[in-house]
Amino acid sequence: MNDPDISQQLQDRVRSAAAEGRALQIRGGGSKAFYGRDVDGGGEPLDLSEHRGIVNYAPTELVISARGGTPLAELEAALAEKGQMLPFEPPHFGAATIGGALACGLSGPRRPWGGALRDHVLGTRLLNGRGECLRFGGEVIKNVAGYDVSRLLTGSLGVLGAVLEVSVKVLPAAAREVTLVQQCDAAEAIRRCSEWSRQPLPLSGLAWDAGQLQIRLSGASAGVAAAIGQIGGEQRDDNDWWLALREQRLDFFAGDAPLWRLSVAPACALDDLPGDWLLDWGGAQRWLRSEAPAERIRAAAAALGGHATLFRGGERSGEVFQPLDPLKARLHKSIKAAFDPKGIFNPGKLYADL
Amino acid sequence: MHIEEQFDFPPVDRDALLAGLGRIVAASGLLHRPEELRPYECDGLAAYRRVPLAVVLPETVEQVQAVLRLCHEMNVPVVARGAGTGLSGGALPFEQGILLSLAKFNRILEIDADNRTARVQPGVRNLAISEAVEHLGLYYAPDPSSQIACSIGGNVAENAGGLHCLKYGLTVHNVFEVTLVTIDGELTSLGGAGLDGPGLDLLAAIVGSEGMLGVIVEVRVKLTPKPRVAKVIMAAYDDVGRAGETVGAIIAEGIIPGGLEMMDQLSTRAAEDFVHAGYATDAAAILLCELDGTAEEVDEQIEQVREICARFDAIDLRLARDDAERARFWAGRKAAFPAVGRISPDYYCMDGTIPRAQLPMVLEQIARLSAESGLRVANVFHAGDGNLHPLILFDANNEGELEKAEQVGGTILELCVAAGGTITGEHGVGMEKINQMCVQFNELEREQFHALKAAFDPRGLLNPGKAVPTLHRCAEFGKLHVHRGEMPFPDLPRF
Repeated sequence: MNDPDISQQLQDRVRSAAAEGRALQIRGGGSKAFYGRDVDGGGEPLDLSEHRGIVNYAPTELVISARGGTPLAELEAALAEKGQMLPFEPPHFGAATIGGALACGLSGPRRPWGGALRDHVLGTRLLNGRGECLRFGGEVIKNVAGYDVSRLLTGSLGVLGAVLEVSVKVLPAAAREVTLVQQCDAAEAIRRCSEWSRQPLPLSGLAWDAGQLQIRLSGASAGVAAAIGQIGGEQRDDNDWWLALREQRLDFFAGDAPLWRLSVAPACALDDLPGDWLLDWGGAQRWLRSEAPAERIRAAAAALGGHATLFRGGERSGEVFQPLDPLKARLHKSIKAAFDPKGIFNPGKLYADL
Repeated sequence: MHIEEQFDFPPVDRDALLAGLGRIVAASGLLHRPEELRPYECDGLAAYRRVPLAVVLPETVEQVQAVLRLCHEMNVPVVARGAGTGLSGGALPFEQGILLSLAKFNRILEIDADNRTARVQPGVRNLAISEAVEHLGLYYAPDPSSQIACSIGGNVAENAGGLHCLKYGLTVHNVFEVTLVTIDGELTSLGGAGLDGPGLDLLAAIVGSEGMLGVIVEVRVKLTPKPRVAKVIMAAYDDVGRAGETVGAIIAEGIIPGGLEMMDQLSTRAAEDFVHAGYATDAAAILLCELDGTAEEVDEQIEQVREICARFDAIDLRLARDDAERARFWAGRKAAFPAVGRISPDYYCMDGTIPRAQLPMVLEQIARLSAESGLRVANVFHAGDGNLHPLILFDANNEGELEKAEQVGGTILELCVAAGGTITGEHGVGMEKINQMCVQFNELEREQFHALKAAFDPRGLLNPGKAVPTLHRCAEFGKLHVHRGEMPFPDLPRF
């Protein structure tokens, strides 16, 4: 492959920015630029999209390594050729890169069963705020040498550094995948999801939208066939609905009302917040279109053991992520300083004072 | 190995410390007489021993906070300890510090079947969680071989694995939330009741941090539905390489077994003599492959695996007829370490991980090291995830043999790094592999680790000298280590 390794140029840029105390805005494919806080100016762009290419893919080792700017689509195509997949089913929202996916830390509908992106990250190469190229983790599944910096970077929105390379665990794609649809209200959907999730069923998606409970089953053909019989419902062999859910192309996601993401204990009852709900992850990830005040939504999420994120729209110059308690806020600042002492990377993107 | 290192902690006023601790915990929770301290001088790695100033056994979170606050004020180092089964010396005490035992935190606080989680105190034993939720058809998936004794707090600190982690993950994949006390006595929870928490993933930093960043006082674990059916195949090979190739082929066919383990002849024979598992003891290696799921799924995959094993020249292929035989097959594997302990006065257990394709090369090099040193090496291998446990057999009563075993062990770990792997898959660095960290990570990377540690513990009071070596230590190790200016295994391709 002729994909360029431009880590040296990137390192030079970071070093000079650090020396002069200039802020940098890390950018991959730009597909998730909306995510996080609005930062005015936010520094000059540090574009990683040219730093691309699959570095190593060993199907029988269940691992793929790629430079940060590698398009997710390229990775997924390489995996599909060998009958494998990214188990965390990351949303693209456009020309997504693996580095950007890692920085945002988002996972798709398969997450409760297949694991999150952070669960599958095995190693990273990081350019920290001192312009040092560091490698953490590696390409093996079990590795407890040193702190798990690679997972710490997942979802950090680039505030700790620029990710030059990522190694992730991959899994075989399922032999068979089907969708079942049942009609019910949200409360009944939560009850059914909880009941099925307690059983050893080959689930890979449980979501409720507009009065319909969508159930995805994946696995060996015989196991899926048995589960269809047990769960029941209208059977669909095309699984396009899940792609539309992952990419937020369902009708629910249209329009301008603020989109909130609530991450909560899956079986808890639906809160009576004003607005429309879509439930994913068997109830553990709840989407809400609501104009309700942020404080009210966050309090409701916290009461259910979770947290709320203003995912799209709304007022984005304030905090979009759940505010932290004083100790966690202090730890965030000291960790930021440990990786990026001059505060050059994505200032204010994750939290206003970070 | 030299485990002593210079630290510039100020001298401790022992009397003032004991008086202060005595105001926090009950008299029975404070041990300081030599005969009381002796049982705590080591963990599962008995080769390293040190006696702490005192052992403190708090019973409440408030007491843990108060103990840490006091130690922080007085600049006294703190080593936290769970069940003390760790194999890397992570809970080895520090002479000028206290040992903080979480043994009294042994209650399961809440079982939430609807959300498939349990809230437990850190001293709860790993297996006790599964036992407590068995009636619900659930279990806690990570199953380190020491699961009858090891505690969940220690599992979190070490990111413990087990026999089923290829399919069900390590501790990090099975913990949703921890409650942490920092060195200055403050309390917070990381993660949440859902599948993620807000902000940076501090939970990921804590899991596997070996007691360096904070003290865990509560854990919310994930519970997994028990598979309806599990069946295990034992395949015997007269060639270790063919057994290894079988593993790659199973995965290439799209099968992720619940467990996939390999043992070489020396460990197979030791285990067979010990528990009579029914292993083929004349084989060069055996493979245990467990498939789980629905009955239909398992039957389908058993046939596929049978066919693959035959294709790679398995000389004997046996499907456990019932649960009793299946349990026996696994009992042999789980007892492999103590079984080896019966055929040798001492053994030293290594814990490297390698890309599976490198297995034949790594085993060949280990055999060479064994022949050169005159020490036997038995190999037990979590084949599915590439985690290799070479057990080096020696007799500590023979002058110099412990040192020789340590040397062979260190060389094996460096071999794992050279093969593209790591020095520790699940046991942790602790005290034991501290020198090999100088090989796996360069100076800048180690400095970044120290900076991360300092973000939690600026004075370096938690578990000093463990997990990440100082610059000074690596400089000393480097001087001893690079013979004639050569790196070990100069001819191996580097990844």
